[in-house]
Amino acid sequence: MTESWGNVWTIAKRELKGYFASPVAYVFIVIFLLLTGFFTFMLGRFYERGQASLTSFFTWLPWLYLFLVPAIGMRLWSEERRIGTIELLLTMPVTTWQAIVGKFLASWLFLALALFLTFPLWLTVNYLGNPDNGVIFCGYVGSLLLAGAYLAITSMTSAMTRNQVVSFILSVVVCLFLILVGYPPVTSFLSNVLKLGSGLVESIAAFSVMTHFESLQKGVLDSRDLVFFASIIGFSLFTTGVIIRSHRAG
Amino acid sequence: MIKVQNLTKAFGPKTAVNGISFSVERGEVLGFLGPNGAGKSTTMRMITGFIPPSAGTVTVGGFNVVERPIDAKKLIGYLPENAPSYADMTVHGFLHFTAELRGLRGDAKKRAVQRVVDTCFLEPVLYQSVETLSKGYRHRTCFAQSIIHDPDILVLDEPTDGLDPNQKHEVRTLIRRMGEKKAIIFSTHILEEVDAVCSRAIIIDRGQIVANGSPSELRNRSKAAGAVLLCVTDVPRQTLTDKLSHLPLVKTATLTREENGRVWVRVLPKGDQANRTLARNVSELAAQERWKVEELHTEEGRLDEVFRDITWSETDKAEETK
Repeated sequence: MTESWGNVWTIAKRELKGYFASPVAYVFIVIFLLLTGFFTFMLGRFYERGQASLTSFFTWLPWLYLFLVPAIGMRLWSEERRIGTIELLLTMPVTTWQAIVGKFLASWLFLALALFLTFPLWLTVNYLGNPDNGVIFCGYVGSLLLAGAYLAITSMTSAMTRNQVVSFILSVVVCLFLILVGYPPVTSFLSNVLKLGSGLVESIAAFSVMTHFESLQKGVLDSRDLVFFASIIGFSLFTTGVIIRSHRAG
Repeated sequence: MIKVQNLTKAFGPKTAVNGISFSVERGEVLGFLGPNGAGKSTTMRMITGFIPPSAGTVTVGGFNVVERPIDAKKLIGYLPENAPSYADMTVHGFLHFTAELRGLRGDAKKRAVQRVVDTCFLEPVLYQSVETLSKGYRHRTCFAQSIIHDPDILVLDEPTDGLDPNQKHEVRTLIRRMGEKKAIIFSTHILEEVDAVCSRAIIIDRGQIVANGSPSELRNRSKAAGAVLLCVTDVPRQTLTDKLSHLPLVKTATLTREENGRVWVRVLPKGDQANRTLARNVSELAAQERWKVEELHTEEGRLDEVFRDITWSETDKAEETK
């Protein structure tokens, strides 16, 4: 047990060092912070709202993550396959599972760091007013889970191809799908134009990350939402393993 | 240490490796020869557990690679084809990473890294990132990774590919030295390497073993093995070949070259008895006839000839059956 976590940590550490060894990490963090600032203050009308909350920040996050998370995760496996290091990695005494979790955790930790660096926003609202910090905490938990879900999906698409660009596009499409099925304009289209029953529309919308992210963002820490994100992560990582194994089986 | 039984691998309708069996013991260096696409790399990937076999088994140090992959992989050091490594890491970082995956920690890890850095002459580039290295250094970095845990078994896919002659020599010396205590399989298509390093060689073609033996055994399968080459001056070639082909042990005597009055003749012995008396018989004849002998020697079989013979004829056979 300790040995397997040792392997996971060794792989995660290497991956994290890889981000910081190149400009990727710094470029990503700067762009992420600039864009969150832009969305929160300009598009989200942070000041005009006159509310001490981070709603304007969290509302835009799923859209921001839609492009930024695949950008971070797209190289996870496609790069290993392209340069052939996957052969090195998987002939080491590590299981495929340890490698998948190690790589996933590294990118997730990196995204968590980027998310943590938005703390000046939190300081700002606390300086300007008295926000409900419980709600904000829930929002951050939701954001982290959302990033994890997108990242796991990207890990899966990244295992499908040697080409990072293909992997990026595939994951954006899948993640976009997961946003749209719960997006109000789409759900109203489903019920009003296609005349689907409300039960059906609701169960389709239940597959959307938006539905679950929104309830977390409102400060409701519901176990169903946690289970939803955990299952997306679990399923995608499991599929990553299946894909990698099927490549090796030829 | 390594036991391969009826190993088969099919990619879709194409059979890359077809029912091959062999074993390698400690103290043996097995050379794996074959034309490109013969199935060398695929076989090595199955031995190291990177791809599962379609049929057959691989046992490494008593562990079945499919059933006990982790135990088997711990015993193996592997240098994949083209020596891949992480471009963004330094040599130092890369070796520490692989040492950790091999379960080495603390002082043991440091010592292991230092040992392979010394063996593979990596000191000058230790803190450079892999992508800035020359091909030779990159190759040695990956090679260093394969011996970092001092494994009992080494699987090396074209270990001297892309190295300059001096580096090739270093790597060969290293393999031969390590081969005294380990079981080593390495693939190559440089035939001189087989003589320099291997205790045994296997030639595979189209996924099947077509020859298996020590380098000298393989050489003796050459048609030219035991032939005598004679060079004389001022003898009419007709007389020369006539007299020679009437010797009792001689099958044929053929003119190979003629230059400035010198004539070279290759004398092939009868049957398989590539015995050394042929040279004596020829020299006795020459003395008797008072030929001026410039050169006389017995040829050893040549590996490249054997290799071409075996792999060509196999290909031709396959073509015919189509």
